[in-house]
Amino acid sequence: MLQIKNLEVTYGAIGALHGISLSVAAGSIVTLIGSNGAGKTTTLKTISGLLKPKAGAIGYEGKPIAGLPPHEIVKRGLSHVPEGRMIFANLTVRENLEMGAYLLRDQKIVRHELDFVFATFPRLKEREKQIAGTLSGGEQQMLAIGRALMSRPKFLMLDEPSLGLAPLLVKTIFERIVEINRERGLTILLVEQNANRALEISHSGYVLETGKITLHGDSASLRQNPRVQSAYLGG
Amino acid sequence: MNTSQPRARWSDKLAQGCRSIRIAFLGLAALGLQYTKTSLLIAIALSFLVSLVADRINPYWLYISYDIAISIIMAVSLNLINGYTGQFSLGHAGFMAVGGYAAAMITNQFGHLNFFAADGIFAVALLAGGLAAAATGLLVGLPTLRLRGDYLAIVTLGFGEIIRVIFQNMNSVGGARGLSVAHGWTNFFWSFGLVAVTVYVVASLVNSTYGCGFIAVHDDEIAAEAMGINTTKYKVTAFVIGAFFAGIAGGLYAHAKQFLTPGGFGFMQSITFVVMVILGGMGNTIGVILAAILLTLLPEGLRYLAGIEHVPGIAQAFPLGWIGDTRMIIYSLLLIVLMLTRPQGLFRLRKRKT
Repeated sequence: MLQIKNLEVTYGAIGALHGISLSVAAGSIVTLIGSNGAGKTTTLKTISGLLKPKAGAIGYEGKPIAGLPPHEIVKRGLSHVPEGRMIFANLTVRENLEMGAYLLRDQKIVRHELDFVFATFPRLKEREKQIAGTLSGGEQQMLAIGRALMSRPKFLMLDEPSLGLAPLLVKTIFERIVEINRERGLTILLVEQNANRALEISHSGYVLETGKITLHGDSASLRQNPRVQSAYLGG
Repeated sequence: MNTSQPRARWSDKLAQGCRSIRIAFLGLAALGLQYTKTSLLIAIALSFLVSLVADRINPYWLYISYDIAISIIMAVSLNLINGYTGQFSLGHAGFMAVGGYAAAMITNQFGHLNFFAADGIFAVALLAGGLAAAATGLLVGLPTLRLRGDYLAIVTLGFGEIIRVIFQNMNSVGGARGLSVAHGWTNFFWSFGLVAVTVYVVASLVNSTYGCGFIAVHDDEIAAEAMGINTTKYKVTAFVIGAFFAGIAGGLYAHAKQFLTPGGFGFMQSITFVVMVILGGMGNTIGVILAAILLTLLPEGLRYLAGIEHVPGIAQAFPLGWIGDTRMIIYSLLLIVLMLTRPQGLFRLRKRKT
């Protein structure tokens, strides 16, 4: 579904990605693990068009999308949940979700998506009219994911959904991610520092180190890999 | 004998002042907290009714009321850019200048024609001023709104100065000598009717589903972009609409003062409007309106106090003449105190319909 070939991204003179290649099969959950500054967030931002690549190609459903503006990319069914729960703090929960469906013109579909999100995260339904800035961290993360789902994506990118959340909430969020993947057939690219959990729910994974892919394979074998174990799984 | 005369005048003026303020607040109350079409029409009708009895209102206070109306239009329109959309613009007086000069040129050229009623020509001139300012807003906004925060502030500041310098060097509009405006057509109806229109348009815009986009851009530009919101389009839209109403305010200003000089649209003017927005609470329309009224009345009120040599009734023991000399210092100090005690604005956050 998504193929990246030799992607290079720089911030000014500093290189962030030095020619990475990866592919995500339709209907799968693929995780990208790596330490701080490895280039995980940069990869997602480049796919969703927030950053422009210096070189390399990004193919989505067989068509090149590298360098397109973000709203063009969202239109094609890629949705990005940015790191750090970037919700719209001054809008209500419902308005946040409506902003997620910004590119959908048909109000019937918007309503349908809204029902789906509320069914997935009942907590958001309870808080429908609350100003989003007053939600707890976990609720904000649910809102960020729900908002991304509102655009009816075929491909969802999640940037550290577990960041700063209580373990119980992390569990809930990961369960929902698996549920969305199974029930909607949504392809998911997951960026995580919590490598253990990420590899548990994903089908395959890539290890990113200082802008290069150093390892990849199916999640089960990555979990057995001694290098991954010592560097990311605390083993 | 000596003190009874000024005392009578003092209380008279005070009563008159209170009456004018009450009238202004009546208009506001009509708008209420909900910006429906009905309240818009009521506010326009009210300002029309007041304009019918305008010759009974003290001309000084009438004049101040125009200033208040112009300030409100400027502050509310700037609030769309600075408050709701979060783009720090420091050049709002520049748009006002464009609108003012454009409208004045039109009425000076065609004002004597009797084709339509004077009000018709005035309406066309105000609209043209607004459109000229909006076009300038588009011209400035398209390249600059890709910038963020401080950079945008600096660029808009530069733009405001460029406009001022251009008018200063345009001989056809009098250059630095200024341009006299032949017709003093600004009246209570036009000024407060247009306040109502501005408040209605800005408020219903940001309360609409489309308008949530402005607040989304303000809250988190990257997230808004990731949602597929064309943030540049939203920023330019806010800029153009804000500039349009600033241009209209400029037209009202030109036909109230009947004299325009480029110096009247300088950097300090822009700052005054920014202060109104900040003091009112960024993104709170009612708060910004009250701040605009307050900050227009404050220097006038201090000027008014300055006219009194000492407290009436009490002989020279408490001279008050110094207020006149230090008027602007007191004004600045009051601003500092207000900012220290209410940094979030007189009102916090926007009032939202649920």
